[in-house]
Amino acid sequence: MASLKDLRSRIASVKSTRKITSAMKMVAASKLRRSQDAAEAARPYAERMGTMLGRLAAAVGGSQGAPKLLSGTGREDTHLMVVFTADRGLCGGFNASIVKAARAKIRALKADGKTVKIICVGRKGADALKRDNGDAIIARYSGIEGKKGIDFSEASAVADKVLELFDNGEFDVCTIFYNKFVSAISQVVTEQQLVPFAGEAQEDNQEADGKGASAIYEYEPSEEAILADLLPRNVGVQIFGAMLESSASEHGARMSAMDNATRNAGDMIDRLSIQYNRSRQAQITNELIEIISGAEAL
Amino acid sequence: MTDTTVLELVSPSALLKSEPVEMVVVPGTEGNFGVLPKHAPLISTIRPGVIDIYMGGKVSERIFVAGGVAEVNPERCTILAEEAVSIADIKADEAQTRLEAAKAAFEAAKTPHEKANAERDVEIAAALITALTN
Repeated sequence: MASLKDLRSRIASVKSTRKITSAMKMVAASKLRRSQDAAEAARPYAERMGTMLGRLAAAVGGSQGAPKLLSGTGREDTHLMVVFTADRGLCGGFNASIVKAARAKIRALKADGKTVKIICVGRKGADALKRDNGDAIIARYSGIEGKKGIDFSEASAVADKVLELFDNGEFDVCTIFYNKFVSAISQVVTEQQLVPFAGEAQEDNQEADGKGASAIYEYEPSEEAILADLLPRNVGVQIFGAMLESSASEHGARMSAMDNATRNAGDMIDRLSIQYNRSRQAQITNELIEIISGAEAL
Repeated sequence: MTDTTVLELVSPSALLKSEPVEMVVVPGTEGNFGVLPKHAPLISTIRPGVIDIYMGGKVSERIFVAGGVAEVNPERCTILAEEAVSIADIKADEAQTRLEAAKAAFEAAKTPHEKANAERDVEIAAALITALTN
């Protein structure tokens, strides 16, 4: 049985933990609002880029002149994975779920005899993945989220690296893993193929039906030239989008994790206080019994 | 009332504009083109330059874009710009500093990739200054 002094100090320490977690929750909530706005503002660009590329890809089709970023290298031996995680922990299952998905993919690819290369964005992912796939990590980025949120230049740095690797023929397929922001309490691990470009054909058809946009487009300059210009840019845009989604998800996950922690701490304080009061009462009763029985003995 | 087409100007970080306009003049890679309502479908890349928005028979707004793509169909004109700023918000000395910084970066660039990037920055800054002086 813990002594009264022990209980008192435990209550004090849980109280200070609660203070910290509730402060973190507040911070996460205010950051969440900003990054959620940023993520939602960036969606139209990525979506329109996607539809436009889908249309162009359909126009160029499987012709010989199609850029490699669209048609692929013709092999799929080497896979590059770009894994987006947070720089910091204490955000519930956020990092763990991404890492778990990435690990499962790595295992599946390795079982098929493919080579895997990894680019880690965010410190936590790199730390978790280096344990069993340390030699596969070829680049890591951290501290992407500055004071003013995420800048496009951070995404370009990653995109430039990916494109450089592709130009050097160091991978055939590139996939990105990130948490897509749904709401403050829900984030979905998303796997998206970046290279070769995987168009959302269905979406494109829907739009074509709805707006009669299936008309034949004129291209200026040629389809191939536009594609050659657009595809590398799309890589940057998709990476930027993933960064924003991931950041909004991180803050959302942290907010709900800290909310839970704060509530747990509150419950624990209640339980400890009851225990403290009971043992204090027991001690008083004990003392009384001693005094009374002492008096009776006289 | 005159016919209007919808102009959508989108940058990577936000949807900047989505409004009806009478005409837009877009700086295409192969020359400027004007977009009026019911324009034939067209996809074109954009060079650094100025988009002129016409409303009420005159230029109502001028916006500088640093490149991108434009998609035109009979109902709308969608412009995906890498960077877009209203001409009214640009200061001449800032543009000049930017050009000098870009030139310095071009001189310092080592790899062909860096070189190409810096060259583009120089082009953008130069176009920005031209846009201001006109």
